Formats: sequence, C-alpha cells, structure tokens
Amino acid sequence: MVPLPGIPILATSVPAGFPSPADDHAEERIDLNEYLIAHKEATFFVRVAGDSMVGFGIHHGDLLVVDRAIDAVDRSVVIAVVDGDFTVKQLCRIPEGVLLRSGSATHSDIFVGEEQTLTVWGVVRWSIHQVWSCPETSR
Amino acid sequence: MPRNLALIDCNNFYASCERVFNPTLEGKPLVVLSNNDGCVVARSQEAKDLGIKMGVPWFQIEGLAKRHGIIAFSSNYALYADMSNRVMAILASFSPSQEVYSIDECFLDLAGFERRGFTRYGQEMRSAIKRWVGLPVCVGIAPTKTLAKLVNHVAKKRPQFDGVCNYNDLSTDEIDALMGELPVSEVWGVGCRHSAHLQQIGILTVRDLRQASPKMIRKQFSVVMERTVAELNGEPCLALEEMAPAKKQIMSSRSFGRPVFALDELAESVASYMSRAAEKLRRQHSLAGAVQVYVRTNPFKERDPQYSHGMILPLAEPTDDTRRLVAAAIIVLRRLYRPGFAYAKTGVMLTEIIAATQRMPTLFDDTVGMTRSKNLMHAVDRINQAYGRGTIRLAAEGLDQHWKMRAGRRSPSFTTCLAEIPIARAI
Repeated sequence: MVPLPGIPILATSVPAGFPSPADDHAEERIDLNEYLIAHKEATFFVRVAGDSMVGFGIHHGDLLVVDRAIDAVDRSVVIAVVDGDFTVKQLCRIPEGVLLRSGSATHSDIFVGEEQTLTVWGVVRWSIHQVWSCPETSR
Repeated sequence: MPRNLALIDCNNFYASCERVFNPTLEGKPLVVLSNNDGCVVARSQEAKDLGIKMGVPWFQIEGLAKRHGIIAFSSNYALYADMSNRVMAILASFSPSQEVYSIDECFLDLAGFERRGFTRYGQEMRSAIKRWVGLPVCVGIAPTKTLAKLVNHVAKKRPQFDGVCNYNDLSTDEIDALMGELPVSEVWGVGCRHSAHLQQIGILTVRDLRQASPKMIRKQFSVVMERTVAELNGEPCLALEEMAPAKKQIMSSRSFGRPVFALDELAESVASYMSRAAEKLRRQHSLAGAVQVYVRTNPFKERDPQYSHGMILPLAEPTDDTRRLVAAAIIVLRRLYRPGFAYAKTGVMLTEIIAATQRMPTLFDDTVGMTRSKNLMHAVDRINQAYGRGTIRLAAEGLDQHWKMRAGRRSPSFTTCLAEIPIARAI
C-alpha cells in the first residue's frame, strides 16, 4: 500500500479486506534448486567446453550440476582430473582398470591402469542445456 | 563424564580453497596475499616448509618465490566465504550445538554422540568435509575449549593422530609428556607479549602453565589468564556461544590501489565503503547513531608528508539508510580533507548501533519517508544479492573507481558467479 504523499499515517499495514479464498490452499511454488540439488553443500556448477560428450546429451556450453557427496559407480558421468584439468567423461570399470569414455566417435577414450591414480572430483547429476536464446544475447 | 567439545579447524584454509578448483596446485607451494597484494596472509604447507612467514610483505619474498616456484594469489573472499559456509553447514549436521568461531574453525558440543566413539566421530567429520567440499580439516576433542584448541594443534602437527586428537582418550602420562613438549605460546589467548612475561617467571611449556598457581597467575596477569589455567586443567570456564551477538561497531576500510590526491576520489571511496557498511548494518537488523570517518597517508613512505585524522558525526536519528549515512560520511570527509597529501587509505565506522526494534519513535517521525526508505533499501539489497555486489549503487560511489585496490592475482569466484564457474573439458 502506498500512502498518499504528505499525509502521515500509521507506518504499519493493518490487514483488512476480504480474505482470499485460496489462502488455505496456497502451496510453495516449484523450486528448481530443490529438484536439481540433493546435497547443497556438496553441489558445484561446472561449464562444459567441447563436444566430446554429445552422445550423453552433454553439449558445449551446458551447465553441469556436480555432486561430490555421491559415489561414482560404473557408467557414471563424472568430472575427472586429467593432467590437472577438469574433464567430463563416463567412468567405466573394466578388468584392467578404468576407462574414461567419451560420448563421440571422433574423441578417444582414456585408459587408467590400476597402478595409476584417478581423481574423480564429482559426479554429474544433471546437464542443463539452453534451448532458446534471444538473438541479441546468443553466444 | 567429562564434556566433549570438538574444535574443527581447516588446514591452511585459503590455500586449500584455491586447490579445490585448481588441482594443478596440489603439492606446490602457494601463498595468498592480503588486500592490495600486500602481505602473505595464508600459506600452503609447502610454502611454510620453505620458511615463508605469516604477514611478510610480498615484495620482500618475490625473489624467493620466483626461485622456488611459489604461486601467489590475491585474496578471493567471495570463494572463501562460500566454502566456509559449506563447511559450517556440514559440521552443523554432526551436532546441534555449534559455535562458529572464525571463517575456518568451529566448536561443536558432542554430548549425546558417544555411541560410536568420539574419535571415530571426529574421523567421520574429517572425511565428510574432505569428500563434500574437498578441504582437509583437523579435529581436537577435549573437556574445555582451551584444551580442544590445544589438541587440535597437536592433531595437525603429529601424523600419528591421523588428524583427530582426543584429549579424553589420552592417559595422564601421555598428556603430561605432550604438554611438556609444547611451548606456552601455543595456548589459546597467550599472545607473544604474555608468553615473554611467562618465560621470565620460568613458565616455558604448557605443562608449566598448567601446574602454575592460579592465585599467582591472577596476581601477575589477569583473571583471564587464571581462567586459562583452569581450562588447561580440564575445568570448563568458557561456554559455547551459539548465537553470534550483533556487532556493536561496523567497519569498512581499504587501502587504495594507488595514491589518491583529489577530494572527489576520496569521497567516492568513502561512499563506497559506507554503502558496504550500511548493507552489513541492515543484514543484522540494526540502526547506527553515529558515523566515523578517517583518512591517512602511507606511513611507510617516510619522505612523503604525513597526515592522518578521524572524526565522528552523531546523527540526529539512528538510521540504516545508505543515502543518509553516505551524506553524513561525506560531511565528515570534507572536514578532514587537507589538499596536497597522497592519501593511501580511508575507512568508515558505524557506531552507536542499536537493534532496529529498539528505536524510540519521536513526535516528528516522518513515517511515510521511513517506510519508503525501508522499502528502497530492501530493494537495493535484494538486487545486489541477486545480480552481484554494486549492481545498483549511489552515483556518489563513482563509476570507474580508479582508486580500487589491486587484486591482480585473484582466482575466479568459482562458486558465487555463474560467469566464473570452473570449466570441464569435453575434448
């Protein structure tokens, strides 16, 4: 409520008028944070650079929701540390060790032998892909 | 049964935060520099091992840094604050009684969690934080805060404890031996000054202080030091402070990136710091009754003419409105300003702080204006929260802010700014 200029009135608003018939049925609006983030302290956002994961529906420029609180299992898509860089790959357990698979025929897989250490930084839970982009702001 | 207080402290917190998002830094010596890239404020273990001391000016060690490949970062407080919030939230799930003591440490009261053994519980905290946010922490568990601090230090320095040291698990002999080896300066609250005095009267180790006569200590030092002695003997004197009290003073100050001569530019900086301070004031739902401003030149440039002065302006009415606080600060600054000096720093302080609910209404209250002010400030805070600090600000703060401090080596705001999140290669 915006009071009329120059007329001092009580600063607190007094509830008045007819109560909304929908008040009793009001519910919280859908919250994407709640849907996408299971462990908010352990969740980080990472941007994808490159096309090697298109086979998994992960495109260049997509926003990944990465959860560090869950275990990477066979065939999880993960953020792995490869030569000091964050790299997004699918983790596949094979008898000789681990294979970091890419999702594109033109990109090679990375084999990690049992004697090598592999750092899995986090597990990719979601990839957020922008579909519509306004002409002025499109990259 | 003794109390079981845990102190959880992140190892080399700032340096460790940088490493989480930059794995190539693993195993390399790195330091974090203070505002304006002045002094070393944090070091990785590797940098400590090279003999880099806390607080040393960066320009003094730049040569050494080059020789040993030491990597330096500007402070990235947005990142550290977010990582700290994550750590504290994770630790809060281990006990309902938590005192966040600083950006990188907190106390937990573990009463009620003995079922699985406290040492093991401490290990669970360690692995949860390492895993969830990638930060290494150490845990000290003891019947008093002072002892928890002390054994946390032991957990950090002695690998046999594997990061968790539980005082209540140690035998009397073990405790005695351990304390005999620790210098008295390691005790919480014993500063350099006190430890010199203590050494003069023959108190060299923690064991010496623990066995000292409380009466004598009270006479020669203070009741605070007497309490420290009691705490070292396992008698709790300091309670867990779960609610951080609202601050009685709010400061905002910073050195400039270069010397500033003009009143206009000084005014921009004062307006900008005051806006930050006002934001903090509103966040704790308080009002300020007085505004203090100070200016100073660089005391290290001894050949330059020096000037340093501060002044307080009491306000007619306590307020949290940025516009009124900035206007007051500018009035003070105009009084302080003397032309011809190379100013290095300005600062503002809000004092006479009261809770907004404590304000006494007066006969001449402009209730309409007050409501409008409240709504406007609320909107400004919301916009700046959503779109980044300074998105909407007073024109008085300036547009270019050429005086702004240097932070040329700052890492990206990996967790608080969408444009700066880490990149994962898919190539």
